[in-house]
Amino acid sequence: MGETVKLIGAFASAYGHRAEVALRLKGVQYELILEDLRNKSNLLLNHNPVHKLVPVLLHGGRSLSESLVILEYIDESFHGPPILPTDPYDRAMARFWAQFIDQKFGRFNFWIPFVQMEGNMREEFMKEAKENLGLLEGQLKGKRFFGGDAIGFLDIAACLIAHWLGVFEEVCGVTLASDEEFPALCEWRRSYVNDEAVKPCLPNRDELVAYYRERKEMIKAAGRQHK
Amino acid sequence: MADEVVLLDFWVSPFGQRCRIALAEKGVEYEYSEQRLAGEKSDLLLRSNPVHKKIPVLLHAGRPVCESLIILEYIDETWPESEKKSPRRLLPDDPYARARARFWADYVDKKLFDCQTRLWKLRAGEASHEQAKRDMVEVLETLEAELGEREFFGGEAFGYLDVVLVPFVAWFHAYEKLGGFAMAEICPRLVAWGERCKEKDSVAKTLTDPEKVYEFALYLKDKFGAK
Repeated sequence: MGETVKLIGAFASAYGHRAEVALRLKGVQYELILEDLRNKSNLLLNHNPVHKLVPVLLHGGRSLSESLVILEYIDESFHGPPILPTDPYDRAMARFWAQFIDQKFGRFNFWIPFVQMEGNMREEFMKEAKENLGLLEGQLKGKRFFGGDAIGFLDIAACLIAHWLGVFEEVCGVTLASDEEFPALCEWRRSYVNDEAVKPCLPNRDELVAYYRERKEMIKAAGRQHK
Repeated sequence: MADEVVLLDFWVSPFGQRCRIALAEKGVEYEYSEQRLAGEKSDLLLRSNPVHKKIPVLLHAGRPVCESLIILEYIDETWPESEKKSPRRLLPDDPYARARARFWADYVDKKLFDCQTRLWKLRAGEASHEQAKRDMVEVLETLEAELGEREFFGGEAFGYLDVVLVPFVAWFHAYEKLGGFAMAEICPRLVAWGERCKEKDSVAKTLTDPEKVYEFALYLKDKFGAK
């Protein structure tokens, strides 16, 4: 595999982070191209005409999008420590919970509705979010990582919880994942963000907070307009 | 008993039908367990899929696998060789081709199913329904372009993406009735591909009669549609 690897990501994108961590775990040399999502480049539009979203992985002359699809591709295409488990049932479980995280904590299903909600609906939404965190807490079952002793597919997918959730909490002035309620998940979160492969490619927390503070006002305004 | 396979399903579900087709392609014997759409869900379903409480669920030796695309991967990995004449995997061997198939499967679930739901749910004549029709045409044209001149999405052989998409062929008639357009004009190659797929036993014995599907869509419209 002498072909060059480039990754189109964006500063605040958890989905781009997923692909980058996978490349780092595999020890793949890559070039990171940071996209300005408010002014998308032709490179992005040409390589992901369907969704027009980051991340996009460019490998040789080929391109791929959708972060979980990219994770599987990286796992299958490069040597290095496996990202998915080997047993078919364990693989199915890792995929299931990764999909669960996108369904419950993805940008369109969590952050945007959460910012736009008020009053009782918001309370109800927070209650559900905590129940969902409880289900993930249950999946750790005394393990250091969801993948066992090392970071795997579900850990990478769960970066949304490890790094981004805390930023959302701070920006919105709420607490969802506390050490008292979710000790295993909070311990895992610390292990993840401090991991050698992960740490260098996590966006700076203060900068993320500033970024999402600005986004929050825009999303709120858009929500009001929609009503 | 140890290897017993049970599928919790609902007769007209395209997601359940995928699993049935994959199991038939692999020659796996299983028990079919029909679930109710409305009313109380069975204990077996609630126990097997406590997170989403939805069909399809594949129980293999008592262990549940949920979410149809994950079930397909599980089936493909657990029974890698079909018992039929040409043993082969549903997913292609090449990692890039696998990733492309997964990307388009995700597209079908995100876009095609969403448009299908909006076609029956929204009121004909309203702006939102007109938008749903335009979106559906775009999705069908996109899939038509992806198929191109190939015999199957899997190339020369019926594969993963064919299994993912083919249950929706039975809905084409309902799309025409609800959207007021002619499938043969929008996506003639996709229509011809659907006919080729139906020549396979696994598909022929699984797909619902299009008239029955349309009746079911009208039932959904009556019960859950916008009033």
